[in-house]
Formats: sequence, structure tokens, C-alpha cells
Amino acid sequence: MMTMVKSLIGRPWIWSWIAAAASFALIMGLTQGRGAGELAYAALSFGAFTAIVGLGQMMVITLGPGNVDLSIPATMTLAGTVALKGMGSDPGTALLGLAIAIGVGCGAGLANFALIYLLRLPPIIATLAASLIYQSLAIWSNRGLRIKPPAGLADFATGRTIGIPNVALIGLVLSVVVWIVLERSVFGRWLLGSGQNLRAARLAGIPTELVRAVTYTTVAVLAAVAGYLLASFSGGASLNMGQEYLLSSIAVVVIGGTSIAGGNSNVPGIWGASLFLFLVVSMLNSYGFGAGVRMLLTGLIIIGIVIAASTRRVRA
Amino acid sequence: MIRLFARHRILLPAVSLIVLLAATFYLQPRAMSYFGVNLLFNLAVPIALATLAQMMVIMVNDIDLSLGAFISLVACITATYLNDQPIVGVSILLALITAYAFLGALIHRLELPAIVVTLGMSFVWTGLALMILPSPGGTAPAWLRSVMTVKPPLLPMAVVAAVLISALSHVLVMRSGIGTVLRGVGGNAASVARAGWPLLRLKALAYALAGFFGVLSGMALVGLTTSADANIALRYTLLSIAGVILGGGEFVGGRVSAVGAVIGALTLALAASFLTFLRLSPDWQIGAQGAILILVLTARLIFTRRDRSTG
Repeated sequence: MMTMVKSLIGRPWIWSWIAAAASFALIMGLTQGRGAGELAYAALSFGAFTAIVGLGQMMVITLGPGNVDLSIPATMTLAGTVALKGMGSDPGTALLGLAIAIGVGCGAGLANFALIYLLRLPPIIATLAASLIYQSLAIWSNRGLRIKPPAGLADFATGRTIGIPNVALIGLVLSVVVWIVLERSVFGRWLLGSGQNLRAARLAGIPTELVRAVTYTTVAVLAAVAGYLLASFSGGASLNMGQEYLLSSIAVVVIGGTSIAGGNSNVPGIWGASLFLFLVVSMLNSYGFGAGVRMLLTGLIIIGIVIAASTRRVRA
Repeated sequence: MIRLFARHRILLPAVSLIVLLAATFYLQPRAMSYFGVNLLFNLAVPIALATLAQMMVIMVNDIDLSLGAFISLVACITATYLNDQPIVGVSILLALITAYAFLGALIHRLELPAIVVTLGMSFVWTGLALMILPSPGGTAPAWLRSVMTVKPPLLPMAVVAAVLISALSHVLVMRSGIGTVLRGVGGNAASVARAGWPLLRLKALAYALAGFFGVLSGMALVGLTTSADANIALRYTLLSIAGVILGGGEFVGGRVSAVGAVIGALTLALAASFLTFLRLSPDWQIGAQGAILILVLTARLIFTRRDRSTG
């Protein structure tokens, strides 16, 4: 029993789950246990979007120092807008919309990588500059119209299967796929190897540029799928729908226990951190704090967790 | 010619700015006047100060993702406390600079990733700003307003300010002893430590300087806009990073240039006006800014690569 507890505490992802459980318990303490099901349901629904983009950001950050994708919000918005436009609220077009979103994601990811590879731009600047262009494309294709998703797709995105939100199920499937790829496939080894020591990986014969290309495309596709689901979930795409996911995608990676220095990734932590981010805001909400105090405390809690995780690392 | 550009890193940002300026004047000859130039570069002063703040952090190999939120908070304080109770306002602003120094020390001491800590701090700053000014408002102090709208002879205020700021920060970062040591922290922290310098205090100093320039930026912004809100400068985070890189700076190695950073900020501010004069549809304005950024950096790539190949 003790060894089990010890090995659990040794896992970097456990802290984000403890934090999520603690905020859940604090809310329940306030409501005396009422609405536990609804709260868990909401956390799974909203957490799923953060988790999907977090998975992508985690893979990019695993590539090593300096790798980060700042174009996630713009890609989400662009994919959501173009997909809804393509579907035009017609029934039976859900798969068409998904294909459009994935196509947009592939395009954005390849464009990002082209800037990084061909122009040798630092990824921060490349994805930042590209995101400005994606934003313009989204504005141009949207024209201020709000197109509703097809009814069937909207029902699916807001619906549930065996009591679990459908979006969370999709997020879970994607997480399992990413976990298998990272932990069990050759590509995963290549990715981790490139993140730990790019030069050594290259000398060992790993096609590092291919790894980077695939990773930057994957993050954009995940962002595009999240954008497509979010637009269907919230009844239409809006130009600022991706905004909050820039900060939260990076925050969940770090809170979830993935090393910001790269070469090490952690899928379960992404979910713990995504649930935690939603729950901490609901907790501060239900305790009746205003918007300002809520943000202040969220920031302090994020930094607190990062510090706690780092002192543990130093001791170990 | 190419060698010249490669040797003097400041030339390329300067030429980019001049080309953009010439194109702007060509499109809109009426901008070529005292009033016109002032209008073109008006908002460049706070952006230039923000870029310098970001440069201080990039100089020691970190990056500050909270700068826009911090400048918004300073703007809110300037438009409220600094106007109503100057002494309280000044002490809050000094406390904010101290907080920045403390953050630098904390990041160094616990070996925290700066990108994450500053990300968390952006929530803290925005939260504080919302508590001070829940809805847009406030008033700029009269003296600040008159400083920002002063009309010096010959050259407009924005140009004079940009020259003054870049000269002073150039002396501070590139010429002074402490500036050289700070750049050394970015270049090779271990050897600076071996030479007997206290790294912790140097990191704190770099962050304090960032906080100082951030405070100046927020005050300058309020002096121009006359009121503030909690989200007024959020886009400055990305603008300031882009400005440092446009000005010839690099993310690692302490390779930054103060004059370049100011020029980079001016280029970004001018790009917005240039696109308006192009009569580009508003849909494409943001995208065109991204394209200009990519274009300038591509030009830089051509020169630096030649530099390497010719040795």
C-alpha cells in the first residue's frame, strides 16, 4: 500500500488531479453536495476542449526549448468558421465539416512549419505572425455572419453517451491515441529523443525535421478539431472563440507535469489540469468572488502549482 | 553591400523602417508634415517603451508573456490613483517595479520557466486591473497629458521621444558596465557567475528594468488616450516580442539592441498606418501586419546566412 502511494506521488501528473479534486471538494462543501453530477458534467464538457488543444501544445513543447504554437486560437477560429460555412447548416454534412476542419488544420500546420523550416524563424515568431494571417482569413470568410451548425451535429456536440459528454469522449479517444503514439510508437521515441537532445537525435539518424513537421501539423489539426467541436457546441463560430485557449493550452501542459524544457510529456496530467482550470474558476465563482479577484487567484494558484512542482523536482 | 548589412545588424531594421516610411509618404504625401508624422508615430512611444521592457527580459534569455497585462494595470493605476492621490499612485508603481524584481529573483532561484510564471502573472495583473477599474474610465493626470502632447519645434514629440528613449537605453544597455554584464548573463550565465557577479541580483535587476520601462509605457499610453481600461494594452505582449526581434534581437544569447528595439517598435506602429493608407480592406489589416513581419525577417535571413557562408 505504501509503495503504491509512493509511486503515485512520484507521478508528475498526480498533482493536477489532486488540485482538481480539491477544487471539486471545495465547491461541494459550499453547496453541501448538491449538483455534484452537473458540476462534473460541465467540467468534462468544457475541460475537453482545453484538453484537446493542450495535447497538441504538449507535443510541440516536448520538441524542446523554444518550441511553442501561438497560432492555436487563430487556427481554432479559422477551422470553426470555415467548417460551419462549408456545412451551411445543411443536415448530414457533419463529416464534410470535419473534413474541412482537418484540412484547415493540415494547411495551417504545414504553413507554420514552412515558416519555421524555410525561413529559420523562431517558432514563437513564426506561429505569431502566421496567426495574424489566419485571423484575417477567418474575418474575411466569416463576414460577420453567424452560421448555425447542422442540427444533428449540434445535438451530438452538446449531447451525452452513457452519461458522459460526447465531446469528452472524443477528447478521451484522442488522448489515448496521443498516449499510444508517444509511449508505444517509434515516432513517439523520435519525438522525445529530439526534445531531449536535438543534435544527438540527428546524429543517431532520427529524421528530426520530419518529426517537427508532423508535430506542428498535429497540433494544428487538434486545434482545428477543437475549433470545429467548440463551434458546434456553442451554436456557431465567433471571431474570438479561440482567445482563451492560448493561455490555457500552455497552462495545462505545465500544470499537468510536462517539462517545459522538452523531452518529456504527460497525457494524464493534461486532463487533470484541464478539469482543474475549469473547476478553479467555478469554485471562485461559487464563492462569489468578482471577476478581478477570480483572475488574481487563478494566476496565483497556477504559479503556486508550478513552484510546488519545481521544489519537488529539486528535492528528487 | 550584403557584407555591410551582415556586419552592422542595426542597418537592416533601420532600412526596413525607411523603406516603409518612404512607401507611406508615397501613398499619402500629406503625411509628410509635422502634424502628419506626429499622427503616424503617435502610439509608437508606448509601444517602444514596452519593447524595451521586453528586451530587458529577453536579454537574460527569458520571455515575458505578462507584459501587456502589466502595462494595462499600470495604465489603470495612472488613470486613477496617480491622478487622484499622486503619492499613493507613485508608491504603488514603485511596488510594481519591486514585484518585477522579485519575480526575476524567484524565476532564477527556483529555476522556474519564465514563460509559465509570466503567463500566471498575466492573470494576476489583469485581475488587479479589473479590481481597480472594473469598467473603462479614469482620467489621465494633467501633467502627463501635457508631456505627451507637447509640441517641440522642428520635430514632432513622437520622434523626439523615440530618439531620446533609444539614446538613453543604448547608453544603459550597450555602453554602461552594468548593461554589458546583464547582456553577459544572457550570453553565458555561468562565466558571469565565475567572474564573481551575483546572478540572482543581476536577474532581479534585469526584471526591475523591465518593470520600470513597463511602468513608463503604461503612463505614456494613458497620457495619449486620456483614460484606461483593464484590457487596454493586452496586445502589447506580442507587439513587444515582435519589436525586439524586428530590431535585430535574438531570443537567446543576450544579443539585443536597444536602438534596434525602438526602430522595431516604430516599424510596427507605422505598418498599421501604412496599411490604412493602402486602402486595404479592414479584414486583411491584421494579416498584412503578419505578412510584413515575415517579410522583414526573411530579409534578415538572407543577410545573416550570407554572413555565415562568407565567414
